[in-house]
Amino acid sequence: MNVLNRPGQCGTMESNDLMVQVAPAEQGSGIAITLVSPMIKQYGKQIEAVVKATLQEMGVADALVQVTDKGALDCTIRARVRVAAERAMQKEAN
Amino acid sequence: MPEEIKGLGTVKQYKGAFALEPQGHIVGGKLRAGKPHSDKIVRSIEQAIEASGLKDGMTISFHHHFRNGDYVLNMVLEAIAKKGIKGLTLAPSSLNDSDTLIRMIEMGVVTAIETSGARGKLGRVITSGKLSKPMIVRSHGGRARAIECGDLHIDVAFIGAPCCDKYGNINGVNGKSACGTMGYAMVDAAAADCVVAVTDNLVEHPIFPISIPMTQVDYIVEVDAIGDPKGIASGALRISRDPRELQIAEYASRVIEYSGYFNQGYSVQLGSGGASLAAAKFIKDKMLAKKITASFGVGGVTAPFVNMLEEGLLDMIYDVQDFDIPSIDSVRKNANHIEMSASYYANPHNCGAVVNNLDVVILSATEVDVDFNVNVITDSNGVIMGASGGHSDTAAGANLAIVVAPLLRGRLPMVLDQVNTIVTPGETVDVVVTERGVAVNPKRKDLIDNLKEAKLPLMEIEELQKIAYDLAGKPESVPMSDDIVGVVEYRDGSIIDVIRRPL
Amino acid sequence: MEKMRRTMMFVPGNNPGMLQNAGIYGADTIIFDVEDAVSIGEKDSARHLVAEAIRTINYPCEVAVRINHISTPYGYKDLEVILPSHPDLIRLPMAQSADEIKEIDGIITAAEEKYGFEPGSIKMMAAIETPKGLFNAQAIAEASPRMVAIAIGAEDFIANLKTTRSKDGSELVVARGHLVLAARAAGVQVIDTVFSDVNDEEGFIAEVKRIKQLGFDGKSVINPRQIGIVHDIFMPTEKEIEFSKRVLAAFKEALAKNSGVISLDGKMIDKPIVDRAERVLAYAEAAGAR
Repeated sequence: MNVLNRPGQCGTMESNDLMVQVAPAEQGSGIAITLVSPMIKQYGKQIEAVVKATLQEMGVADALVQVTDKGALDCTIRARVRVAAERAMQKEAN
Repeated sequence: MPEEIKGLGTVKQYKGAFALEPQGHIVGGKLRAGKPHSDKIVRSIEQAIEASGLKDGMTISFHHHFRNGDYVLNMVLEAIAKKGIKGLTLAPSSLNDSDTLIRMIEMGVVTAIETSGARGKLGRVITSGKLSKPMIVRSHGGRARAIECGDLHIDVAFIGAPCCDKYGNINGVNGKSACGTMGYAMVDAAAADCVVAVTDNLVEHPIFPISIPMTQVDYIVEVDAIGDPKGIASGALRISRDPRELQIAEYASRVIEYSGYFNQGYSVQLGSGGASLAAAKFIKDKMLAKKITASFGVGGVTAPFVNMLEEGLLDMIYDVQDFDIPSIDSVRKNANHIEMSASYYANPHNCGAVVNNLDVVILSATEVDVDFNVNVITDSNGVIMGASGGHSDTAAGANLAIVVAPLLRGRLPMVLDQVNTIVTPGETVDVVVTERGVAVNPKRKDLIDNLKEAKLPLMEIEELQKIAYDLAGKPESVPMSDDIVGVVEYRDGSIIDVIRRPL
Repeated sequence: MEKMRRTMMFVPGNNPGMLQNAGIYGADTIIFDVEDAVSIGEKDSARHLVAEAIRTINYPCEVAVRINHISTPYGYKDLEVILPSHPDLIRLPMAQSADEIKEIDGIITAAEEKYGFEPGSIKMMAAIETPKGLFNAQAIAEASPRMVAIAIGAEDFIANLKTTRSKDGSELVVARGHLVLAARAAGVQVIDTVFSDVNDEEGFIAEVKRIKQLGFDGKSVINPRQIGIVHDIFMPTEKEIEFSKRVLAAFKEALAKNSGVISLDGKMIDKPIVDRAERVLAYAEAAGAR
């Protein structure tokens, strides 16, 4: 089980990218995602699934996640979420 | 597709690009008798509206030659609203975004629209179903057809006139609000019951050239400004630097080169999008290398096209609309740069419009499907944001219709099972060019053969779709309501598709 | 026939849009850069973006990664995150000694084993950017069987020389010449440095012609517009193509006759000539396809 210690952010607002902000959440509250995307109707479910799966792979069970998507592919989502969470797991500010 | 549509009644279904034969005769405006030494000039737009006899429920029209620098539409609508007139059908040749028009729709001044397309917030408002009947989307050729046969009857045409003499002769090449040719307005002027010229450049007779003759003009009103020059015509557009657009442009120009149509005296039309403009440069280089020239070019004209004319690579340009200052200058001074009406350009129901003689056209798209159908009017969410334009006209007429687009827009695949809205039917589309692959319509075995030597990434269109879906994932379909907010009329007057309100 | 590397295009590793489109422009190799193109604060993002892109996207060409040097805080982490995605080639910047190559070779070998990749499937190349590195170039090139190429990185090199970059490249003549010799002695390819003024087409063409004549196998590029130009210049002439076809025909004839001697026009043809003929025809075919 990996716990988030602080908010962590990764990404940009450039086309084909996304901005991910993860923050610690109460134990047992699960992964709560707020998603903004111009393609939310076509890919909203998929984006949320990838975000969740990536965090779960990292052993993160509880998190507040804000995603502002600008048309990112799954591989980009995975990378940005992973790094945002890694940054959020750091004990001291980087 | 339903047979009966609320607000429009029974509709003719699309049966094929050339299936429908027209019946009847050309229809025109009311007969008027202009008296000798009479004065057409009225003091204000309000006066012009009164003089025109505009009443509730009538149809008014405008041209879109001033693009997003147009002041006339908003000015006239405000004046109409002040007079308490309501329930009008607005039938401009096309529309940009307009807060004024949105207000007019909400106030009930305008309750129906027939046009080529709409953008921005206006597009969203129309898509949400605020009009009292579905918007009728027509191509440029289709609009000319509808006006000339009476399907679209214009009660009052308000024509923004960059240069107008006191008798009502109009041209678009002189004055601070010059726009170049007036191809769309010419059709309205010939067939409306009443024509009001709105000008910011009233001059003494005679003017030269004459795009719209005084014999078609009832009233003239002078205002301070009919448009914003910066919005009417851009300075010369810079060729795209985007490597993806350049790649698409290179493939498209290679399709033309190996198509079998790239010979001395061929004819060509290029769109005004980024990839099209870039393709102009590649095509020019290839023409110089092969030492061939084109007999004519057609547009929507931009500087790269004018440049080809001036360097002798095109013998002449047929021009329905100008986009930039170099093009306007060229119309004014070059005898081989010829103004034409929208009817001459693309009307399918005359003895043969210019598009019928075209060899090659490059077009853009918002979406394409595996049957080669093309959408240019709605986006991936089903929202109206584009225009039919000359797309279906040129695709039908040209020997080689090439549609260019990036394979993905953001994450959205551009090659789908089914487009949201069919504007141009697949039977008239020959090649789809993206940066990752080129698909030829299987009906065109001749092209498939010719392009084998072109060293292009040729593939079936299903393969192109698979590449897009592999990259982006398959998109979920956007839920639509049953409410029909727009119909797409094919150039022959049949209905080829409907636009439904997204949920 | 060794892999053609006429063009090696650098792509910034922290730009998802460019990563996903990198394969469409026809470069022989794309180099995802997590070194100079990426700011320190984003080194972690870049290596994950690159790893995920390589893992997911089907690129039609060789995919290389320029990692940070292992003496920086980032190099080892780059390898740890990126190797599992199975890149085709790792490019080490600022190579100074054979030991660095050997160390990275060991790390790659361990990763190939751990993840079940075909042994030797991940290649290496080294960029020479200092005089010390230049004098060790042959040793660097021979330090591992994974090494397929050495390259020159002009910006840092010229700074190290304490001079400036000029149009005709006179300050790089010795370095370029030396690198070609080292590469040939070691049996690897040699790749020239980037030309950063994307708008100076004339200057670019002149430089590419010059380095081709020196014997370089290819050039690093930073913009897709440069790719076609390089491929055109590396396109063999009609004469070269004709001659190469005849060489190969003579070679096939000798094989068919089981003869150890290949002759053409009364002269004996050595293996290097046959290799070159194969290369010429491969370049010709590829250049036609862009």
